Amino acid sequence: MRSLLLVLLLACFLPVLADEAKPLADDPVIEQRMVDLASDLRCLVCQNESLAGSHAELAEDLRREIRSLMKQGKSDKDVISYLTTRYGDFVLYLPPFKPVTYLLWLGPLIFLGIGLGVWYATLKKRRAMPEQPVDGTQIAAAAKLLDENL
Amino acid sequence: MKRWLPLILFALLSVVLYVGLHLNPREVPSPFIGKPTPAFTLPTVEHPDKTFSPAQMQGKVWLLNVWAPWCVACRQEHESLLQIAQMGLVPIVGLNWKDKAREATTLLAQSGDPYLACAEDLSGRVGIDYGVTGTPETYVIDRLGIVRMKHIGPIDADAWEKKFMPLIKELNR
Repeated sequence: MRSLLLVLLLACFLPVLADEAKPLADDPVIEQRMVDLASDLRCLVCQNESLAGSHAELAEDLRREIRSLMKQGKSDKDVISYLTTRYGDFVLYLPPFKPVTYLLWLGPLIFLGIGLGVWYATLKKRRAMPEQPVDGTQIAAAAKLLDENL
Repeated sequence: MKRWLPLILFALLSVVLYVGLHLNPREVPSPFIGKPTPAFTLPTVEHPDKTFSPAQMQGKVWLLNVWAPWCVACRQEHESLLQIAQMGLVPIVGLNWKDKAREATTLLAQSGDPYLACAEDLSGRVGIDYGVTGTPETYVIDRLGIVRMKHIGPIDADAWEKKFMPLIKELNR
């Protein structure tokens, strides 16, 4: 009974332990800014994770760098240029619009254009087709086929 | 022609996807190619009282090899680095990245030291300045201190012969 009580009492403190691993930011404003910015950046180790959500060591280091840059009063733009000079545009989930990314940005529009073109051509062709007259015997044959299938 | 169009489109798509299968997403193009090496001054693993900075290599073609004792691929690479060092074609400078356990000194003493000098980047800041994403990574730097190539992953015989040798020979000319 006594040991059970002890276990229960200890269990009460478990949530406290669970919280311990998370480093508390000394400045919640900067932390929020860092998380907002880092959500749009790619973690270079786990490439499908954002820099904000990754547990990779490099991501932790980079978050620390971002925090310290922000504490120095650097703007979001400065932080992004800090990262792109080191890791290239690859860190950005939203790549800039420039010659190498023209195909990336305009590709979907080009495909939409091709699709619209094909659609238009098909419609035009269909319209140009002469209407085939249907005579009575054909209708009767069709009706018979339908009835048989029922 | 019209009948074959779907087949042609399918074949084109297959080619694109096949090529895509063999691309390595780890090989992020480095923005430093053609740019000067970021400056740093760090103590060396071999002589903690001495420092290394890239400026000391001015006038030489050299390799900067980012590695760490905790990195398995780097251990695989170690043998090739020793061979390259023995050839005497190009000096290799090490950057011991985030070696928190401070194992580099013993490791290099035990298994051989291919480095002219090995800089100790304990905090990993210099690595970040070079855009290091993981170890090992090797940079080829020319006489003027310009980064000419970045190789991600261990240097194997194939990479050495096809990527490094021709470039180093050309830069040394």
